[in-house]
Amino acid sequence: MVSVSSDELKQRIESGIPGARADVTGDGHHFNAVVSAPAFKGLNRIAQHRLVYGVFGAELGDRIHALSLQTKAPEQET
Amino acid sequence: MTEEATNPMRDAIASAISENPVLLFMKGTPEQPMCGFSARTVAILESVGRPFAAVDVLPDPRIRQELSALSNWPTIPQLFVDGDLVGGCDIVTEMYESGELQEALGVENAEAANGPLEVTEPEQAPPMSIENRLG
Repeated sequence: MVSVSSDELKQRIESGIPGARADVTGDGHHFNAVVSAPAFKGLNRIAQHRLVYGVFGAELGDRIHALSLQTKAPEQET
Repeated sequence: MTEEATNPMRDAIASAISENPVLLFMKGTPEQPMCGFSARTVAILESVGRPFAAVDVLPDPRIRQELSALSNWPTIPQLFVDGDLVGGCDIVTEMYESGELQEALGVENAEAANGPLEVTEPEQAPPMSIENRLG
Protein backbone atom coordinates (compact mmCIF):
# COMPACT_ATOMS: atom_id res chain seq x y z
CA MET A 1 0.00 0.00 0.00
CA VAL A 2 1.46 3.33 -1.08
CA SER A 3 1.58 5.79 1.75
CA VAL A 4 -0.25 9.07 1.45
CA SER A 5 1.33 12.50 1.60
CA SER A 6 -0.11 15.67 3.04
CA ASP A 7 0.54 17.33 -0.32
CA GLU A 8 -1.51 14.72 -2.13
CA LEU A 9 -4.45 15.27 0.22
CA LYS A 10 -4.16 19.03 -0.14
CA GLN A 11 -4.16 18.80 -3.93
CA ARG A 12 -7.07 16.41 -4.04
CA ILE A 13 -9.19 18.53 -1.74
CA GLU A 14 -8.36 21.68 -3.69
CA SER A 15 -9.11 20.07 -7.05
CA GLY A 16 -12.15 18.19 -5.76
CA ILE A 17 -13.92 21.20 -4.26
CA PRO A 18 -14.00 24.31 -6.48
CA GLY A 19 -12.13 27.25 -4.96
CA ALA A 20 -11.11 25.30 -1.87
CA ARG A 21 -7.98 26.08 0.08
CA ALA A 22 -6.59 23.33 2.26
CA ASP A 23 -3.80 23.18 4.80
CA VAL A 24 -2.93 19.59 5.51
CA THR A 25 -0.47 18.17 7.98
CA GLY A 26 0.08 14.54 8.80
CA ASP A 27 2.38 11.58 9.25
CA GLY A 28 1.29 9.42 6.31
CA HIS A 29 -1.59 7.81 8.22
CA HIS A 30 -3.19 10.44 10.43
CA PHE A 31 -3.90 13.80 8.88
CA ASN A 32 -5.25 17.11 9.97
CA ALA A 33 -6.85 19.38 7.38
CA VAL A 34 -8.13 22.91 7.64
CA VAL A 35 -10.27 23.59 4.61
CA SER A 36 -12.08 26.69 3.46
CA ALA A 37 -14.23 26.80 0.35
CA PRO A 38 -16.95 29.03 -1.07
CA ALA A 39 -19.07 25.89 -1.43
CA PHE A 40 -19.26 25.65 2.37
CA LYS A 41 -21.28 28.85 2.60
CA GLY A 42 -24.68 28.22 4.11
CA LEU A 43 -23.88 24.61 4.94
CA ASN A 44 -23.70 23.26 8.47
CA ARG A 45 -20.56 21.50 9.66
CA ILE A 46 -21.92 18.06 8.86
CA ALA A 47 -22.56 19.03 5.25
CA GLN A 48 -19.19 20.77 4.97
CA HIS A 49 -17.35 17.71 6.25
CA ARG A 50 -19.36 15.46 3.94
CA LEU A 51 -18.10 17.45 0.96
CA VAL A 52 -14.50 16.82 1.99
CA TYR A 53 -15.12 13.17 2.86
CA GLY A 54 -16.73 12.83 -0.56
CA VAL A 55 -13.41 13.64 -2.22
CA PHE A 56 -11.87 10.50 -0.72
CA GLY A 57 -14.76 8.06 -0.54
CA ALA A 58 -13.77 4.56 0.55
CA GLU A 59 -10.11 5.55 1.00
CA LEU A 60 -11.08 7.08 4.33
CA GLY A 61 -10.46 4.68 7.16
CA ASP A 62 -8.52 2.51 4.74
CA ARG A 63 -5.64 4.06 2.85
CA ILE A 64 -6.13 7.31 4.73
CA HIS A 65 -6.34 6.00 8.24
CA ALA A 66 -7.71 9.12 9.86
CA LEU A 67 -8.48 12.63 8.70
CA SER A 68 -9.28 15.32 11.23
CA LEU A 69 -11.15 18.19 9.69
CA GLN A 70 -11.85 21.80 10.38
CA THR A 71 -13.97 23.48 7.75
CA LYS A 72 -15.06 27.04 7.22
CA ALA A 73 -16.54 29.22 4.55
CA PRO A 74 -14.02 31.89 3.47
CA GLU A 75 -15.63 34.78 5.38
CA GLN A 76 -16.08 32.70 8.46
CA GLU A 77 -12.73 33.12 10.11
CA THR A 78 -13.65 32.04 13.64
CA MET B 1 -28.99 -10.47 0.19
CA THR B 2 -31.08 -7.97 -1.75
CA GLU B 3 -31.87 -4.35 -0.95
CA GLU B 4 -35.47 -5.37 -0.30
CA ALA B 5 -34.51 -8.04 2.21
CA THR B 6 -35.09 -7.29 5.84
CA ASN B 7 -32.05 -5.81 7.42
CA PRO B 8 -32.17 -6.48 11.16
CA MET B 9 -28.85 -4.75 11.73
CA ARG B 10 -29.95 -1.55 10.09
CA ASP B 11 -33.29 -1.70 11.90
CA ALA B 12 -31.53 -2.18 15.22
CA ILE B 13 -29.29 0.81 14.53
CA ALA B 14 -32.23 2.96 13.47
CA SER B 15 -34.22 2.11 16.59
CA ALA B 16 -31.20 2.68 18.82
CA ILE B 17 -30.86 6.15 17.28
CA SER B 18 -34.53 6.98 17.73
CA GLU B 19 -34.80 5.53 21.23
CA ASN B 20 -31.71 7.08 22.79
CA PRO B 21 -31.72 10.88 23.02
CA VAL B 22 -27.93 10.98 23.22
CA LEU B 23 -26.22 8.09 21.49
CA LEU B 24 -22.56 7.61 20.66
CA PHE B 25 -21.34 4.99 18.20
CA MET B 26 -17.73 4.38 19.09
CA LYS B 27 -14.81 1.97 18.97
CA GLY B 28 -14.71 0.24 22.33
CA THR B 29 -16.72 1.25 25.36
CA PRO B 30 -16.79 4.48 27.38
CA GLU B 31 -14.78 2.64 30.05
CA GLN B 32 -12.33 1.27 27.52
CA PRO B 33 -12.23 3.23 24.28
CA MET B 34 -10.20 1.53 21.54
CA CYS B 35 -9.41 4.62 19.51
CA GLY B 36 -8.18 8.10 20.39
CA PHE B 37 -11.05 9.84 18.63
CA SER B 38 -13.63 7.79 20.47
CA ALA B 39 -11.80 8.39 23.76
CA ARG B 40 -11.79 12.13 23.21
CA THR B 41 -15.48 12.21 22.34
CA VAL B 42 -16.36 10.21 25.46
CA ALA B 43 -14.24 12.54 27.60
CA ILE B 44 -16.09 15.56 26.19
CA LEU B 45 -19.52 14.01 26.75
CA GLU B 46 -18.57 13.07 30.29
CA SER B 47 -17.34 16.55 30.97
CA VAL B 48 -20.60 18.04 29.65
CA GLY B 49 -22.37 15.73 32.06
CA ARG B 50 -25.38 14.68 30.03
CA PRO B 51 -25.87 10.90 30.29
CA PHE B 52 -25.43 9.10 27.00
CA ALA B 53 -25.83 5.66 25.54
CA ALA B 54 -23.00 4.05 23.62
CA VAL B 55 -22.71 1.37 20.98
CA ASP B 56 -19.40 -0.37 20.33
CA VAL B 57 -19.03 -0.88 16.58
CA LEU B 58 -16.06 -3.22 16.85
CA PRO B 59 -17.72 -6.57 17.67
CA ASP B 60 -19.28 -6.85 14.21
CA PRO B 61 -18.06 -5.00 11.07
CA ARG B 62 -21.65 -4.83 9.83
CA ILE B 63 -22.54 -2.34 12.56
CA ARG B 64 -20.15 0.20 11.14
CA GLN B 65 -21.11 -0.62 7.56
CA GLU B 66 -24.83 -0.22 8.17
CA LEU B 67 -24.37 2.82 10.37
CA SER B 68 -22.34 4.65 7.73
CA ALA B 69 -24.85 3.73 5.05
CA LEU B 70 -27.64 5.06 7.23
CA SER B 71 -25.93 8.24 8.42
CA ASN B 72 -23.98 9.02 5.24
CA TRP B 73 -20.93 9.56 7.43
CA PRO B 74 -17.79 7.51 6.91
CA THR B 75 -15.98 7.64 10.22
CA ILE B 76 -16.38 6.58 13.84
CA PRO B 77 -17.24 8.00 16.38
CA GLN B 78 -20.66 9.37 15.49
CA LEU B 79 -22.76 11.28 17.96
CA PHE B 80 -26.53 11.44 17.59
CA VAL B 81 -28.71 13.82 19.59
CA ASP B 82 -32.48 13.50 19.38
CA GLY B 83 -32.16 11.28 16.34
CA ASP B 84 -29.90 13.60 14.36
CA LEU B 85 -26.24 13.14 13.53
CA VAL B 86 -24.28 15.88 15.27
CA GLY B 87 -20.90 14.79 13.96
CA GLY B 88 -17.70 13.00 14.72
CA CYS B 89 -14.86 13.85 17.03
CA ASP B 90 -13.80 17.02 15.19
CA ILE B 91 -17.25 18.57 15.15
CA VAL B 92 -18.01 17.53 18.73
CA THR B 93 -14.71 19.10 19.82
CA GLU B 94 -15.41 22.35 17.97
CA MET B 95 -18.94 22.52 19.34
CA TYR B 96 -17.72 21.81 22.84
CA GLU B 97 -15.16 24.59 22.64
CA SER B 98 -17.74 27.06 21.34
CA GLY B 99 -20.42 26.02 23.84
CA GLU B 100 -22.78 24.80 21.10
CA LEU B 101 -22.56 21.21 22.28
CA GLN B 102 -23.64 22.09 25.80
CA GLU B 103 -26.56 23.98 24.27
CA ALA B 104 -27.49 21.10 21.96
CA LEU B 105 -27.41 18.74 24.92
CA GLY B 106 -29.46 21.08 27.07
CA VAL B 107 -26.72 21.37 29.65
CA GLU B 108 -25.79 25.01 29.99
CA ASN B 109 -23.52 24.54 32.93
CA ALA B 110 -21.13 21.61 32.96
CA GLU B 111 -20.71 22.04 36.72
CA ALA B 112 -24.34 21.06 37.17
CA ALA B 113 -23.45 17.58 35.96
CA ASN B 114 -25.04 14.52 37.46
CA GLY B 115 -23.27 12.17 39.76
CA PRO B 116 -21.60 8.96 38.62
CA LEU B 117 -23.41 7.34 35.75
CA GLU B 118 -24.93 3.96 36.26
CA VAL B 119 -24.42 1.25 33.74
CA THR B 120 -27.46 -0.90 33.24
CA GLU B 121 -27.75 -4.18 31.42
CA PRO B 122 -28.36 -3.82 27.70
CA GLU B 123 -31.94 -4.67 26.82
CA GLN B 124 -31.09 -6.20 23.50
CA ALA B 125 -29.37 -9.40 22.71
CA PRO B 126 -26.43 -9.41 20.30
CA PRO B 127 -25.53 -8.79 17.44
CA MET B 128 -25.62 -5.19 18.55
CA SER B 129 -25.59 -4.22 22.17
CA ILE B 130 -26.28 -0.79 23.52
CA GLU B 131 -24.69 0.30 26.68
CA ASN B 132 -27.52 2.22 28.23
CA ARG B 133 -26.26 4.91 30.49
CA LEU B 134 -29.40 6.99 30.45
CA GLY B 135 -30.77 5.48 33.62
